[in-house]
Amino acid sequence: MELYQGSLDVKAIFGRWLDEESESNYGAYIPFVGTIRAEDNIEALSFDIYEPVLQTWFNSWVKKAESKGAKVKMAHAIGDVPVHTSSYLSAVFSPKRRVALELIDEFVEDFKANAPIWKYDVIDGNRIYAEDRSTPMEGSGLLS
Amino acid sequence: MIKIEFLGPISVEPIEMEATSLQEVANRLQEIEAVSGWLDKCAVAVNDEMTNDLTKILKSGDRVSILPPVCGG
Repeated sequence: MELYQGSLDVKAIFGRWLDEESESNYGAYIPFVGTIRAEDNIEALSFDIYEPVLQTWFNSWVKKAESKGAKVKMAHAIGDVPVHTSSYLSAVFSPKRRVALELIDEFVEDFKANAPIWKYDVIDGNRIYAEDRSTPMEGSGLLS
Repeated sequence: MIKIEFLGPISVEPIEMEATSLQEVANRLQEIEAVSGWLDKCAVAVNDEMTNDLTKILKSGDRVSILPPVCGG
């Protein structure tokens, strides 16, 4: 798991991940790129991350992938990410395509629902919590 | 002493309190106006481990994190 201040260097990260696994005998490599779209007058999105819980979440996916003979990788941005640049990369490597195709779907969807990352719209330099696009994590409401 | 920290968009400084269970923490936080409105949509971690157990016993030095709704990517 890799965290960076600001936009991700997509080509460099995907290229390095490819190199890292070049001798691993995986038949399938499925990358996913999340790019900030220009909409609602935003100039950027901005992200807060709680790294200890994110690392635990990611480690559980590493184990899940290993049990299927696969490997997951991810990178995410911290702070401001301008429109048309990337905030999130993930990838699955597996011996055959079927496992990778299914895992990338589950991995990205669970990431959206349970990774401890908070998103803000940046408009005129102000940071506004994207509450309407956010999802309560599993177990929410315990203290209410 | 238990430390309570509020993550992401909850702009509340960390709080320290005496408590022996998450239920006690819940009771105290429900009385704090800046916090109570968040609780029904927040998840909880103790010492960076997510928990669903309100009866969880706390000991001095434990950290309780309050995690509001997320949106990565």
